[in-house]
Amino acid sequence: MVDTVTSAGMPAVFGASGYPAALEWIARRAEAFVIPLVALVVGMALFSLFIALVGKSPILLYETMWRGGFGSWFSVQNSLSRAAPLLLAALCVALPARLGLVVIGGEGAIVLGGVAAAAIGVALNGAPCPIVILAMGVAGMAAGGIWIGAVGALRHYRAVNETISSLLMAYIAIALMNQLVEGPLRDPASLNKPSTQPLAQIYRIGNIPGMDVHWGLVVGVVACILSFVLIEKTRWGFAARIAGGNVRAAQVQGLAVGPLIVGFTALAGGFAGLAGMLEVAAVQGSANASLAAGYGYTGILVAFLARHNPLAIIPVAFLLGGIDASGGLIQRRLDLPDATVLVLQGLIFIVILFSETFYGRFKAFNPDLWKRPDLLGGTA
Amino acid sequence: MDATEIGLWGVPLAILGGAIRVSTPFIFVSLGEAITERSGRINLGLEGTLVFGAMTAYAVAVMTNSPWIGLVAAAFAGLCFGLFHGWICKFPKVNDIAIGIALMLFGSGLAFFFGKPFIKPKAPNLPAIPFGRWSDIPQVQAALDVNVLFLIGAVLSVILWWAFRNTRAGLIVRVVGDSSDAARAMGLNPDTVRLLATGVGGALAGIGGAYLSLYYPGSWTERISSGQGLMAVALVIFARWNPLGCFAAALLFGGAGALGPALQSVGVTQGYYLFYAAPYILTLIIMIATSSPTRSLAGAPGELSITK
Repeated sequence: MVDTVTSAGMPAVFGASGYPAALEWIARRAEAFVIPLVALVVGMALFSLFIALVGKSPILLYETMWRGGFGSWFSVQNSLSRAAPLLLAALCVALPARLGLVVIGGEGAIVLGGVAAAAIGVALNGAPCPIVILAMGVAGMAAGGIWIGAVGALRHYRAVNETISSLLMAYIAIALMNQLVEGPLRDPASLNKPSTQPLAQIYRIGNIPGMDVHWGLVVGVVACILSFVLIEKTRWGFAARIAGGNVRAAQVQGLAVGPLIVGFTALAGGFAGLAGMLEVAAVQGSANASLAAGYGYTGILVAFLARHNPLAIIPVAFLLGGIDASGGLIQRRLDLPDATVLVLQGLIFIVILFSETFYGRFKAFNPDLWKRPDLLGGTA
Repeated sequence: MDATEIGLWGVPLAILGGAIRVSTPFIFVSLGEAITERSGRINLGLEGTLVFGAMTAYAVAVMTNSPWIGLVAAAFAGLCFGLFHGWICKFPKVNDIAIGIALMLFGSGLAFFFGKPFIKPKAPNLPAIPFGRWSDIPQVQAALDVNVLFLIGAVLSVILWWAFRNTRAGLIVRVVGDSSDAARAMGLNPDTVRLLATGVGGALAGIGGAYLSLYYPGSWTERISSGQGLMAVALVIFARWNPLGCFAAALLFGGAGALGPALQSVGVTQGYYLFYAAPYILTLIIMIATSSPTRSLAGAPGELSITK
C-alpha cells in the first residue's frame, strides 16, 4: 500500500520505449490520478444504485450535494471550513503511513489538543494575544504529539499493533476529556453542555479577510505543503520512505528507525492536536464534547483517498468537506437519515482500497512495457 | 444508593454479574475473529459488523416479534459482511487491515441509515435463565440472571478449542493460516478457506451484535457499541488465538467494563469517566505486556499481517 516514488521529479531522459520522453513522463504520473478518480466515480455510481434501491432519486441527491457543498460561494466557504480540520486530521494518518504504519486514532489527538489549548488559553488570560495563541498552538501540538508519538514508540519498541492501540488511545482520550471537562476544568456556568471556561474574545482566531472561513484553512494547507517537502525533499523523508518500504533494509543501512518512527508519529499527532486547538480557538471558543466530531475518522478516508500524498490531501479534503457540508441539506430535501453521508464515505473508501489492486496492471501507465508487452503481469 | 442492603459487597457482585452480562458480545466477536485470524487474515471490520448485527437483530425482532428470528438475521447479515471482506481481500495488494477500517465505517453507516426508524419501537428480548433464584437478595438474583447466549458462547469456545486440534476442518484452517504455500502444496485453496473463515467470523460477530440490542443494554441506539468489536480483536491476540483463552479474556474485559456502573451503583461518582475507560486501558496494558519486539508471539498464525 506504500508507493515508492523514488523516480518522481526526475523526467525520464532516455525513453526505453522510444516514445517522446514527455509522453512517458505524463504516462508514469497519470496512473496516480486516473485510478483514484475512476474509483471515486465508481464509488459514486454504486452509491447512486444504493439510493435508487431505497427509492430516492440519485440525480436529485447529487444535485443537492453539489448545491450544498460546491454550488455557491456560500457553500464553498462552508466546505472549506470543514476541510480545515480534515487537512490536519488526514496528515495524522498520511505521515505514519509513509513509514508503513496504519494509525487511525487521530480523533484522540484532536480532542486532547483541544483540551490542552483551552486550558492554556484560560490560564494565560491577560497575556498579549500573539503569545497566548502561540502557546495554545504549542500546547495543542504537544498534547497530540505525545499521544500519537506514544503509539509510534509502542509500535517500534514493544511491537504493539499501532492500528488497534491508536484507536484504544482515542477512546481513552475522549474519556480523559470528559473527565477534565466535567471536573477540574469545568466552567460552572456551562450547565447543559459541560465545557471549559470560554476563551476571551481577543484570543479567538478570526476569519481570512474577505471570506467566512477561519485561518485554520491556511494553517492546514501550509502543514500539507510542509509535510510534502519533508517527505519528498529532505533526508528524513527519504529515510522514512525507505523504512516504510522495508524496515530491515533501513536498519541494515544504519538508519535510526526508532527515532524516525517516533518523530513522524509525534509530528502527525501534533498536526491533529493543532486541529483540536483550531476547533477551540476558531470555532467552539472552549473545549467540550463537540471536539469529538468525527474529523479524525473522516481524516482516515481523506488520507487513503489521497494515497498518503500530503499535496493530494488538499483537494481531497475539500471534496470530502463538501460532501460533509451537504449532509444537512440532503437530510432535509430527500428525507434521508444523516448517516447517508457515512454510507457514501464507506462505499468510496472500500472502492478506493479495492482499486489498489489495479496499480501496475495497465500497460498504458508503464512506458517500460510499451515495447515489451510480454513483461506485463509478470511483475505483480 | 440502592445497594445499601449489602453495602460494598455490591461492587464485586455487580462486577461478577456485569462480567457475565458484558462479556457475551466479546465472546462471540473474539471467537469469530479467532477463526478468521487462524486462517491468516485479520478483520478489523467486525466493529461495523457488530453494530450492523445489532441493528438487524433489533429491526427484525420488532417486525417479527421474535428475538430468535432477529438473531438469525443478524448472523446472516454478519455472514454477508464477512464474506465480502474475505472476497475483496483475495485480490493482490488489497490490504486486509485497511479494508477492515473501511468496513467499520461502512457497517456503522449502513446500520445508522437503516436503523433510524427502529430507535423508538421496543423489541422482545432474548431470554435469560435465573440461576440466582435460590437467593433472596435482589442483587444476587440480578447478577446471576444468565442469558442463553452466554452459555452458548461458553460451549462454543470449548467446541472450537477441540475442533482446532482434532478435526479436519480445524487442521485446514490452521495450515492455511500458517503457510499459504504449504496449503497449496496440500491441494487447498487458501483464498477459499479464508473466505469461509472470515464469513463464519462475521456471522459470530453478528450474533454478538444481536446480544447487544436484544439483551444488554437491550435497545438499539447509534452508540450501542463503543469499540467492543475492536477490543475483541486485541483480545484474540492476548488470548493467543486459543478459543478457551478468548472466553477467559472476554470475562476479564466484561468485568472491567462493569467497573464503572458497579462503582456508580454504590455511590462512587469520582472519576466516573475514567472508570468507563477501564476496558480500553486494560486492553492497552495487556497489549503492551504481551507484545515483544524480539520474538514473535507464541501460537501466532504465520500468515497474519499484524505479527509479521
